[in-house]
Amino acid sequence: MTPADRSSLREGLRLGVAFGIAGFLLSMSFGVVARESGFSLVAAVTMSVIVFAGSAQFAAVAVLGAGGGPVAAVAAATLMNSRFLPMGVALAPSLPGRAWWRGVQGQAVVDSSWAVASNGDGTFDRWRLFGTTLPQYGAWQLGTLVGAYGGDVIGDLERFGLDAVYPAFFLAILVPELRDRDRLGVAVAGGLVALALVPVAPPGVPVLAAGLAALWGLRRGGER
Amino acid sequence: MTVVWVTIGGVALATAAVKAAGPVLLGGRDLPARFGSVVGLMAPALLTALVVTAVLADDGRWTAGASAIGVAAAGVVAWRGASVVVTVGVAVAVTALLRLAGMS
Repeated sequence: MTPADRSSLREGLRLGVAFGIAGFLLSMSFGVVARESGFSLVAAVTMSVIVFAGSAQFAAVAVLGAGGGPVAAVAAATLMNSRFLPMGVALAPSLPGRAWWRGVQGQAVVDSSWAVASNGDGTFDRWRLFGTTLPQYGAWQLGTLVGAYGGDVIGDLERFGLDAVYPAFFLAILVPELRDRDRLGVAVAGGLVALALVPVAPPGVPVLAAGLAALWGLRRGGER
Repeated sequence: MTVVWVTIGGVALATAAVKAAGPVLLGGRDLPARFGSVVGLMAPALLTALVVTAVLADDGRWTAGASAIGVAAAGVVAWRGASVVVTVGVAVAVTALLRLAGMS
């Protein structure tokens, strides 16, 4: 580890704690919902430990809670996770080592860590990625445990406006990029594609499809 | 209970595979320069999609409630140079106040 890596890791850890607080609240509600859908305490916590992907966990539990089977639950969760495919493709050249080791490092991707690790020029700072993910992983398990064991301690998250935390975080990361005209165009296109698909596509697909807007942006940039 | 454990195992495997696919298949070699430009453009597209689906979509329908206004207000302060903490704080405060006033 170079001194630059170390400072990236520290910066990531600092950001990760802030994201972790929001993640703690979210995973607490996951713990509650999982118990209501027939998960034991051990099952709820195990899922958070080995899956660690919020929207996919909620999707799978919702399918089971509505009477669906494991195949439908896994399919819904995988669609929800499909955005990690373009994120992993983007990250790939920035990860060193053999194929299996790159695959292991790729497990560290969550939305927030991927977003803050992006240098904006197509490269990623992997130590900032690891640092941002680490505190969130711990907070995710802790929140699941509290929610599954003790129920909802805080109550309705929406009443306090806490559902606005995640989108506002992403917006804060996004806004500085929008001063570039190509990026602004791609962002608008991605947003419109996602919104257009919301009523017709299964959850998760709209965000995946928005990733394709980047290809459109490349063609546009290439024509100039 | 078996259904629950099968689901947990399936989701864990599928999640690991999706996250590993890109790094395993595409890393470790030089990719064309254009690849870098696509990747640079992917972040704004995916982030925008995450934001709009979080605040403007619910259960397969378009919606616009307190959180949409709160996050829009956050966008304005972010554009004017506010820090991440201030941006998030504005979103939460505006959303909570609107809900206090009875908005959904």
